Amino acid sequence: MSLVHATATILAKELRTEFRSRELLGTTVVFVLIVLVLFSFTFDPTTSESRRFGPGLLWLAFLFAGSLMLQPSFLREQANDTLSALRLAPIDPFSILAGKMAANFLFLLLVELILLPVFAVLYNLAILPVLWQLILILVLGTLGVTTTGTVFAAVSAQARLRELLLPLLLLPVLAPLLVGSAEATVLLLRDPSELSEVWLVFLAAFDVVFLTAAWLFGAYLLEE
Amino acid sequence: MSFRDVEKRYGMRLALRGISLELGAGECVALLGHNGSGKTTLLKIAAQLARPSRGKISFYAGATELSPDAVKVRVGMVAHHTLVYDELTAEENLVFFAKLLQLPNATERARQSLEPVGLARRAGDLVRIFSRGMRQRLAIARALLASPELVLLDEPAAGLDPEGQQWLGGTLASLHASGCTILMSTHGRNEAHASVTRAIRLENGAITHDSGPDGNPQNLMAMAAVREEGDSE
Repeated sequence: MSLVHATATILAKELRTEFRSRELLGTTVVFVLIVLVLFSFTFDPTTSESRRFGPGLLWLAFLFAGSLMLQPSFLREQANDTLSALRLAPIDPFSILAGKMAANFLFLLLVELILLPVFAVLYNLAILPVLWQLILILVLGTLGVTTTGTVFAAVSAQARLRELLLPLLLLPVLAPLLVGSAEATVLLLRDPSELSEVWLVFLAAFDVVFLTAAWLFGAYLLEE
Repeated sequence: MSFRDVEKRYGMRLALRGISLELGAGECVALLGHNGSGKTTLLKIAAQLARPSRGKISFYAGATELSPDAVKVRVGMVAHHTLVYDELTAEENLVFFAKLLQLPNATERARQSLEPVGLARRAGDLVRIFSRGMRQRLAIARALLASPELVLLDEPAAGLDPEGQQWLGGTLASLHASGCTILMSTHGRNEAHASVTRAIRLENGAITHDSGPDGNPQNLMAMAAVREEGDSE
Protein backbone atom coordinates (compact mmCIF):
# COMPACT_ATOMS: atom_id res chain seq x y z
CA MET A 1 0.00 0.00 0.00
CA SER A 2 1.38 3.41 -0.89
CA LEU A 3 2.50 5.71 1.90
CA VAL A 4 0.03 8.39 0.81
CA HIS A 5 -2.94 6.00 0.70
CA ALA A 6 -2.16 4.50 4.13
CA THR A 7 -1.61 7.98 5.61
CA ALA A 8 -4.91 9.21 4.16
CA THR A 9 -6.76 6.16 5.54
CA ILE A 10 -5.34 6.72 9.04
CA LEU A 11 -5.99 10.48 8.83
CA ALA A 12 -9.63 9.83 7.88
CA LYS A 13 -10.01 7.50 10.88
CA GLU A 14 -8.47 10.10 13.23
CA LEU A 15 -10.78 12.85 11.94
CA ARG A 16 -13.84 10.62 12.20
CA THR A 17 -12.99 9.61 15.77
CA GLU A 18 -12.31 13.19 16.92
CA PHE A 19 -15.25 14.86 15.22
CA ARG A 20 -17.50 12.17 16.70
CA SER A 21 -16.39 12.89 20.29
CA ARG A 22 -15.01 16.47 19.92
CA GLU A 23 -13.22 15.85 23.24
CA LEU A 24 -9.82 17.08 22.18
CA LEU A 25 -10.88 20.12 20.16
CA GLY A 26 -13.33 21.37 22.78
CA THR A 27 -10.95 21.12 25.72
CA THR A 28 -8.02 22.60 23.79
CA VAL A 29 -10.01 25.64 22.61
CA VAL A 30 -11.16 26.30 26.19
CA PHE A 31 -7.60 25.83 27.51
CA VAL A 32 -6.02 28.31 25.05
CA LEU A 33 -8.86 30.77 25.64
CA ILE A 34 -8.25 30.67 29.40
CA VAL A 35 -4.48 31.17 28.94
CA LEU A 36 -4.96 34.14 26.57
CA VAL A 37 -7.50 35.81 28.86
CA LEU A 38 -5.28 35.25 31.92
CA PHE A 39 -2.24 36.70 30.15
CA SER A 40 -4.31 39.69 29.02
CA PHE A 41 -5.70 40.41 32.50
CA THR A 42 -2.35 39.83 34.23
CA PHE A 43 -0.26 42.12 32.01
CA ASP A 44 -2.98 44.53 30.79
CA PRO A 45 -0.71 45.53 27.87
CA THR A 46 -0.83 48.74 25.85
CA THR A 47 -0.98 48.44 22.03
CA SER A 48 2.79 48.81 21.62
CA GLU A 49 3.39 46.24 24.39
CA SER A 50 0.87 43.93 22.75
CA ARG A 51 2.74 44.16 19.46
CA ARG A 52 5.98 43.31 21.24
CA PHE A 53 4.90 40.65 23.73
CA GLY A 54 1.53 39.42 22.36
CA PRO A 55 3.00 37.07 19.72
CA GLY A 56 5.26 35.39 22.29
CA LEU A 57 2.30 34.84 24.65
CA LEU A 58 0.18 33.57 21.74
CA TRP A 59 2.78 31.00 20.66
CA LEU A 60 3.41 29.97 24.26
CA ALA A 61 -0.33 29.30 24.60
CA PHE A 62 -0.32 27.30 21.34
CA LEU A 63 2.70 25.33 22.53
CA PHE A 64 1.00 24.39 25.80
CA ALA A 65 -2.15 23.55 23.86
CA GLY A 66 -0.07 21.36 21.54
CA SER A 67 1.46 19.40 24.42
CA LEU A 68 -2.04 18.91 25.85
CA MET A 69 -3.59 17.92 22.53
CA LEU A 70 -0.86 15.60 21.29
CA GLN A 71 -0.79 13.37 24.35
CA PRO A 72 -3.96 11.37 23.55
CA SER A 73 -3.06 10.66 19.93
CA PHE A 74 -1.14 7.52 20.96
CA LEU A 75 -2.83 6.96 24.33
CA ARG A 76 -6.07 6.31 22.44
CA GLU A 77 -4.36 3.43 20.68
CA GLN A 78 -3.49 1.79 24.00
CA ALA A 79 -7.03 1.15 25.23
CA ASN A 80 -7.53 -1.88 22.96
CA ASP A 81 -3.93 -2.13 21.73
CA THR A 82 -5.02 -0.87 18.32
CA LEU A 83 -1.46 0.25 17.62
CA SER A 84 -0.66 -3.46 17.27
CA ALA A 85 -3.50 -3.75 14.76
CA LEU A 86 -1.94 -0.92 12.74
CA ARG A 87 1.48 -2.57 12.97
CA LEU A 88 0.01 -5.86 11.75
CA ALA A 89 -1.10 -4.16 8.51
CA PRO A 90 1.26 -4.30 5.52
CA ILE A 91 1.91 -0.54 5.54
CA ASP A 92 4.96 1.67 5.97
CA PRO A 93 5.25 2.35 9.76
CA PHE A 94 5.86 6.03 8.95
CA SER A 95 2.32 6.22 7.54
CA ILE A 96 0.99 5.63 11.10
CA LEU A 97 3.02 8.61 12.34
CA ALA A 98 2.22 10.68 9.25
CA GLY A 99 -1.55 10.07 9.57
CA LYS A 100 -1.45 11.18 13.20
CA MET A 101 0.80 14.15 12.42
CA ALA A 102 -1.61 15.30 9.71
CA ALA A 103 -4.60 14.94 12.05
CA ASN A 104 -2.86 16.77 14.91
CA PHE A 105 -1.77 19.51 12.48
CA LEU A 106 -5.35 20.04 11.30
CA PHE A 107 -6.75 19.98 14.86
CA LEU A 108 -4.20 22.46 16.23
CA LEU A 109 -4.48 24.75 13.20
CA LEU A 110 -8.27 24.75 13.62
CA VAL A 111 -7.89 25.71 17.29
CA GLU A 112 -5.50 28.52 16.31
CA LEU A 113 -7.83 29.87 13.62
CA ILE A 114 -10.78 29.83 16.05
CA LEU A 115 -8.77 31.73 18.69
CA LEU A 116 -6.97 34.21 16.45
CA PRO A 117 -9.91 36.72 16.46
CA VAL A 118 -10.11 36.42 20.27
CA PHE A 119 -6.38 37.17 20.50
CA ALA A 120 -6.77 40.20 18.18
CA VAL A 121 -9.61 41.63 20.30
CA LEU A 122 -8.00 40.96 23.70
CA TYR A 123 -4.64 42.42 22.66
CA ASN A 124 -6.11 45.15 20.44
CA LEU A 125 -4.11 44.10 17.36
CA ALA A 126 -5.12 44.56 13.71
CA ILE A 127 -4.53 41.16 12.13
CA LEU A 128 -6.84 41.47 9.10
CA PRO A 129 -4.36 43.39 6.89
CA VAL A 130 -1.72 40.69 7.44
CA LEU A 131 -4.03 37.69 7.79
CA TRP A 132 -2.60 35.55 4.97
CA GLN A 133 1.00 36.16 6.03
CA LEU A 134 0.01 35.32 9.62
CA ILE A 135 -1.63 32.09 8.45
CA LEU A 136 1.61 31.17 6.63
CA ILE A 137 3.55 31.59 9.90
CA LEU A 138 0.88 29.62 11.78
CA VAL A 139 1.08 26.78 9.24
CA LEU A 140 4.89 26.52 9.44
CA GLY A 141 4.96 26.84 13.24
CA THR A 142 2.10 24.40 13.78
CA LEU A 143 3.67 21.86 11.43
CA GLY A 144 6.82 21.95 13.58
CA VAL A 145 4.85 21.58 16.83
CA THR A 146 2.77 18.67 15.57
CA THR A 147 5.59 16.84 13.77
CA THR A 148 7.87 16.93 16.81
CA GLY A 149 5.01 16.49 19.26
CA THR A 150 3.57 13.42 17.54
CA VAL A 151 6.98 11.74 17.57
CA PHE A 152 7.45 12.47 21.29
CA ALA A 153 3.86 11.41 22.01
CA ALA A 154 4.69 8.03 20.46
CA VAL A 155 7.81 7.77 22.64
CA SER A 156 6.18 8.93 25.88
CA ALA A 157 3.03 6.81 25.44
CA GLN A 158 5.03 3.73 26.44
CA ALA A 159 6.52 5.35 29.55
CA ARG A 160 5.09 5.25 33.06
CA LEU A 161 5.04 9.01 33.75
CA ARG A 162 3.81 9.79 30.24
CA GLU A 163 1.64 12.81 31.17
CA LEU A 164 4.71 14.49 32.64
CA LEU A 165 7.23 13.13 30.16
CA LEU A 166 5.73 14.61 26.98
CA PRO A 167 5.99 18.31 27.99
CA LEU A 168 9.42 17.62 29.55
CA LEU A 169 10.70 16.18 26.27
CA LEU A 170 8.79 18.45 23.94
CA LEU A 171 9.10 21.97 25.29
CA PRO A 172 12.94 22.22 25.27
CA VAL A 173 13.10 20.80 21.74
CA LEU A 174 10.46 23.27 20.56
CA ALA A 175 12.22 26.30 22.10
CA PRO A 176 13.89 27.29 18.77
CA LEU A 177 10.55 26.93 16.98
CA LEU A 178 8.87 29.10 19.62
CA VAL A 179 11.51 31.81 19.18
CA GLY A 180 11.25 31.66 15.37
CA SER A 181 7.45 31.72 15.27
CA ALA A 182 7.19 34.50 17.86
CA GLU A 183 9.86 36.65 16.14
CA ALA A 184 8.23 36.21 12.72
CA THR A 185 4.84 37.18 14.24
CA VAL A 186 6.32 40.22 16.06
CA LEU A 187 7.82 41.51 12.80
CA LEU A 188 4.52 40.93 11.00
CA LEU A 189 2.37 42.75 13.59
CA ARG A 190 4.65 45.77 14.08
CA ASP A 191 4.27 49.04 12.16
CA PRO A 192 5.52 48.90 9.39
CA SER A 193 4.72 45.25 8.94
CA GLU A 194 7.36 42.85 7.59
CA LEU A 195 7.22 39.19 6.57
CA SER A 196 10.69 37.99 7.56
CA GLU A 197 12.10 35.56 5.01
CA VAL A 198 14.87 34.57 7.42
CA TRP A 199 12.42 33.32 10.07
CA LEU A 200 10.21 31.65 7.45
CA VAL A 201 13.20 29.71 6.11
CA PHE A 202 14.20 28.85 9.69
CA LEU A 203 10.70 27.49 10.45
CA ALA A 204 10.56 25.55 7.18
CA ALA A 205 14.03 24.07 7.87
CA PHE A 206 12.92 23.01 11.38
CA ASP A 207 9.88 21.27 9.86
CA VAL A 208 11.93 19.49 7.19
CA VAL A 209 14.57 18.28 9.67
CA PHE A 210 12.02 16.79 12.09
CA LEU A 211 9.85 15.31 9.33
CA THR A 212 12.93 13.62 7.85
CA ALA A 213 13.99 12.30 11.26
CA ALA A 214 10.48 10.94 11.86
CA TRP A 215 10.50 9.27 8.44
CA LEU A 216 13.93 7.68 9.08
CA PHE A 217 13.28 6.45 12.62
CA GLY A 218 9.48 6.05 12.63
CA ALA A 219 9.59 2.25 12.48
CA TYR A 220 11.76 2.03 15.62
CA LEU A 221 9.53 4.46 17.54
CA LEU A 222 6.48 2.25 17.17
CA GLU A 223 8.17 -0.99 18.20
CA GLU A 224 7.51 -2.52 21.60
CA MET B 1 6.63 -21.37 9.95
CA SER B 2 9.98 -22.07 11.54
CA PHE B 3 11.40 -20.82 14.85
CA ARG B 4 15.13 -21.37 15.19
CA ASP B 5 16.59 -20.99 18.67
CA VAL B 6 14.35 -18.00 19.39
CA GLU B 7 14.99 -16.10 22.60
CA LYS B 8 13.14 -13.02 23.85
CA ARG B 9 14.41 -10.89 26.67
CA TYR B 10 12.54 -8.03 28.39
CA GLY B 11 15.23 -6.26 30.37
CA MET B 12 16.69 -8.89 32.71
CA ARG B 13 13.77 -11.29 32.28
CA LEU B 14 13.90 -14.07 29.71
CA ALA B 15 10.39 -14.50 28.29
CA LEU B 16 11.37 -17.14 25.73
CA ARG B 17 14.44 -19.37 25.78
CA GLY B 18 15.74 -21.48 22.91
CA ILE B 19 12.45 -22.06 21.10
CA SER B 20 12.95 -24.23 18.01
CA LEU B 21 9.78 -25.26 16.29
CA GLU B 22 8.50 -26.11 12.82
CA LEU B 23 4.81 -25.69 12.01
CA GLY B 24 3.48 -27.18 8.79
CA ALA B 25 0.65 -25.83 6.65
CA GLY B 26 -2.78 -26.88 7.89
CA GLU B 27 -1.72 -27.71 11.46
CA CYS B 28 -3.92 -26.55 14.33
CA VAL B 29 -1.60 -26.07 17.29
CA ALA B 30 -2.57 -25.33 20.90
CA LEU B 31 -0.02 -23.55 23.07
CA LEU B 32 -0.51 -24.60 26.69
CA GLY B 33 1.02 -23.27 29.87
CA HIS B 34 0.51 -21.10 32.90
CA ASN B 35 0.27 -17.31 32.80
CA GLY B 36 3.72 -15.89 32.12
CA SER B 37 4.98 -19.08 30.46
CA GLY B 38 5.70 -17.24 27.19
CA LYS B 39 2.64 -18.09 25.07
CA THR B 40 1.71 -14.48 24.27
CA THR B 41 5.33 -13.53 23.54
CA LEU B 42 5.64 -16.47 21.15
CA LEU B 43 2.45 -15.36 19.35
CA LYS B 44 3.67 -11.74 19.17
CA ILE B 45 6.94 -12.86 17.61
CA ALA B 46 5.03 -15.06 15.15
CA ALA B 47 2.90 -12.01 14.21
CA GLN B 48 6.06 -9.87 13.87
CA LEU B 49 4.82 -7.53 16.60
CA ALA B 50 7.98 -8.22 18.58
CA ARG B 51 11.49 -9.04 17.44
CA PRO B 52 13.34 -11.96 18.94
CA SER B 53 16.40 -10.97 20.99
CA ARG B 54 18.18 -13.95 19.47
CA GLY B 55 17.37 -16.58 16.86
CA LYS B 56 15.23 -16.33 13.76
CA ILE B 57 11.68 -16.89 12.64
CA SER B 58 10.98 -17.66 8.98
CA PHE B 59 7.83 -18.14 6.94
CA TYR B 60 7.65 -20.18 3.79
CA ALA B 61 5.25 -20.54 0.88
CA GLY B 62 6.40 -23.88 -0.49
CA ALA B 63 10.20 -23.64 -0.51
CA THR B 64 10.28 -19.84 -0.85
CA GLU B 65 10.98 -17.77 2.25
CA LEU B 66 8.50 -14.87 2.51
CA SER B 67 9.36 -11.22 3.11
CA PRO B 68 7.90 -9.51 6.24
CA ASP B 69 5.27 -7.63 4.18
CA ALA B 70 4.27 -10.80 2.34
CA VAL B 71 3.84 -12.48 5.73
CA LYS B 72 1.64 -9.68 7.06
CA VAL B 73 -1.04 -10.12 4.39
CA ARG B 74 -1.13 -13.87 5.14
CA VAL B 75 -1.46 -13.59 8.94
CA GLY B 76 -4.55 -12.77 11.01
CA MET B 77 -4.27 -12.24 14.74
CA VAL B 78 -6.73 -12.32 17.62
CA ALA B 79 -4.80 -10.85 20.55
CA HIS B 80 -5.48 -10.52 24.25
CA HIS B 81 -6.91 -7.05 23.51
CA THR B 82 -9.57 -6.69 20.83
CA LEU B 83 -7.50 -4.50 18.45
CA VAL B 84 -10.60 -2.55 17.41
CA TYR B 85 -11.62 1.06 18.03
CA ASP B 86 -14.35 1.74 20.59
CA GLU B 87 -15.22 5.08 18.95
CA LEU B 88 -15.96 3.52 15.56
CA THR B 89 -18.87 1.30 14.62
CA ALA B 90 -18.33 -2.39 13.92
CA GLU B 91 -18.58 -1.77 10.18
CA GLU B 92 -16.32 1.32 10.25
CA ASN B 93 -13.68 -0.73 12.09
CA LEU B 94 -13.70 -3.48 9.50
CA VAL B 95 -13.78 -1.03 6.55
CA PHE B 96 -10.77 0.79 8.03
CA PHE B 97 -8.74 -2.40 8.44
CA ALA B 98 -9.88 -3.72 5.04
CA LYS B 99 -8.51 -0.54 3.45
CA LEU B 100 -5.19 -0.93 5.28
CA LEU B 101 -5.06 -4.53 4.05
CA GLN B 102 -5.77 -3.23 0.51
CA LEU B 103 -8.78 -5.50 0.10
CA PRO B 104 -10.96 -4.67 -2.91
CA ASN B 105 -14.53 -3.45 -2.15
CA ALA B 106 -13.67 -2.75 1.49
CA THR B 107 -17.22 -1.84 2.52
CA GLU B 108 -18.74 -4.95 0.94
CA ARG B 109 -16.00 -7.12 2.45
CA ALA B 110 -16.62 -5.62 5.90
CA ARG B 111 -20.37 -6.31 5.68
CA GLN B 112 -19.75 -9.88 4.56
CA SER B 113 -17.32 -10.42 7.44
CA LEU B 114 -19.91 -9.33 10.01
CA GLU B 115 -22.41 -11.99 8.87
CA PRO B 116 -20.63 -15.16 10.08
CA VAL B 117 -19.77 -13.61 13.47
CA GLY B 118 -23.42 -12.70 14.03
CA LEU B 119 -22.92 -8.93 14.14
CA ALA B 120 -24.53 -7.93 10.82
CA ARG B 121 -27.51 -6.38 12.62
CA ARG B 122 -25.19 -4.37 14.89
CA ALA B 123 -22.95 -3.14 12.05
CA GLY B 124 -23.85 0.51 12.68
CA ASP B 125 -23.42 0.41 16.47
CA LEU B 126 -20.39 1.88 18.21
CA VAL B 127 -18.10 -0.81 19.58
CA ARG B 128 -18.00 0.90 22.99
CA ILE B 129 -21.55 -0.30 23.69
CA PHE B 130 -20.74 -3.92 22.77
CA SER B 131 -20.48 -6.67 25.37
CA ARG B 132 -17.13 -8.46 25.87
CA GLY B 133 -18.36 -11.41 23.83
CA MET B 134 -19.48 -9.19 20.93
CA ARG B 135 -16.13 -7.41 20.95
CA GLN B 136 -14.37 -10.76 20.80
CA ARG B 137 -16.51 -11.77 17.82
CA LEU B 138 -15.62 -8.50 16.09
CA ALA B 139 -11.93 -9.09 16.91
CA ILE B 140 -12.18 -12.49 15.22
CA ALA B 141 -13.96 -10.94 12.20
CA ARG B 142 -11.12 -8.38 11.93
CA ALA B 143 -8.48 -11.10 12.07
CA LEU B 144 -10.20 -13.13 9.34
CA LEU B 145 -10.91 -10.15 7.04
CA ALA B 146 -8.23 -10.99 4.50
CA SER B 147 -8.82 -14.77 4.59
CA PRO B 148 -5.40 -15.39 6.19
CA GLU B 149 -3.39 -18.58 5.69
CA LEU B 150 -2.06 -18.43 9.26
CA VAL B 151 -4.29 -17.45 12.19
CA LEU B 152 -2.75 -16.62 15.58
CA LEU B 153 -5.12 -16.56 18.53
CA ASP B 154 -4.29 -15.52 22.09
CA GLU B 155 -6.90 -17.18 24.31
CA PRO B 156 -9.70 -16.69 21.79
CA ALA B 157 -12.38 -18.15 24.06
CA ALA B 158 -11.82 -15.44 26.70
CA GLY B 159 -15.01 -13.47 27.27
CA LEU B 160 -17.21 -15.80 25.21
CA ASP B 161 -20.28 -17.40 26.76
CA PRO B 162 -20.94 -21.14 26.14
CA GLU B 163 -22.83 -20.32 22.94
CA GLY B 164 -19.95 -18.09 21.79
CA GLN B 165 -17.44 -20.82 22.61
CA GLN B 166 -19.46 -23.26 20.53
CA TRP B 167 -19.47 -20.75 17.68
CA LEU B 168 -15.70 -20.31 18.06
CA GLY B 169 -15.21 -24.08 17.91
CA GLY B 170 -17.22 -24.20 14.67
CA THR B 171 -15.28 -21.27 13.19
CA LEU B 172 -11.93 -22.86 14.01
CA ALA B 173 -13.11 -26.20 12.59
CA SER B 174 -14.13 -24.58 9.30
CA LEU B 175 -10.85 -22.60 9.15
CA HIS B 176 -8.91 -25.80 9.77
CA ALA B 177 -10.95 -27.65 7.16
CA SER B 178 -10.15 -24.93 4.62
CA GLY B 179 -6.41 -25.58 5.10
CA CYS B 180 -5.65 -22.62 7.34
CA THR B 181 -2.77 -23.02 9.81
CA ILE B 182 -3.80 -22.15 13.36
CA LEU B 183 -1.60 -21.38 16.37
CA MET B 184 -3.46 -20.50 19.55
CA SER B 185 -2.79 -20.14 23.22
CA THR B 186 -5.49 -21.63 25.34
CA HIS B 187 -6.55 -22.29 28.92
CA GLY B 188 -8.76 -24.91 30.52
CA ARG B 189 -11.28 -26.88 28.48
CA ASN B 190 -13.27 -25.23 25.73
CA GLU B 191 -14.81 -25.88 22.35
CA ALA B 192 -11.75 -24.47 20.56
CA HIS B 193 -9.85 -27.64 21.48
CA ALA B 194 -11.88 -29.89 19.17
CA SER B 195 -9.84 -28.97 16.07
CA VAL B 196 -6.41 -29.17 17.69
CA THR B 197 -3.99 -31.51 15.92
CA ARG B 198 -0.91 -30.72 18.00
CA ALA B 199 -0.31 -29.42 21.50
CA ILE B 200 2.80 -27.71 22.85
CA ARG B 201 3.41 -26.96 26.50
CA LEU B 202 5.54 -23.99 27.55
CA GLU B 203 7.05 -23.49 30.98
CA ASN B 204 9.23 -20.52 31.91
CA GLY B 205 9.65 -19.63 28.24
CA ALA B 206 10.81 -23.06 27.09
CA ILE B 207 9.00 -25.94 25.37
CA THR B 208 8.62 -28.83 27.81
CA HIS B 209 6.19 -31.06 25.87
CA ASP B 210 5.29 -31.27 22.18
CA SER B 211 2.84 -33.89 20.96
CA GLY B 212 4.34 -33.46 17.47
CA PRO B 213 2.53 -33.10 14.13
CA ASP B 214 1.50 -36.79 14.08
CA GLY B 215 1.03 -37.37 17.81
CA ASN B 216 -2.08 -37.25 19.97
CA PRO B 217 -2.56 -33.77 21.46
CA GLN B 218 -5.60 -34.69 23.55
CA ASN B 219 -3.60 -36.33 26.36
CA LEU B 220 -1.40 -33.26 26.74
CA MET B 221 -4.44 -30.94 26.71
CA ALA B 222 -6.31 -33.10 29.24
CA MET B 223 -3.23 -33.07 31.51
CA ALA B 224 -2.97 -29.31 31.19
CA ALA B 225 -6.66 -28.84 31.97
CA VAL B 226 -6.44 -31.08 35.05
CA ARG B 227 -3.34 -29.21 36.23
CA GLU B 228 -5.06 -25.82 35.78
CA GLU B 229 -8.20 -27.01 37.56
CA GLY B 230 -6.00 -28.24 40.40
CA ASP B 231 -4.22 -24.88 40.55
CA SER B 232 -7.50 -22.94 40.63
CA GLU B 233 -8.74 -25.06 43.53
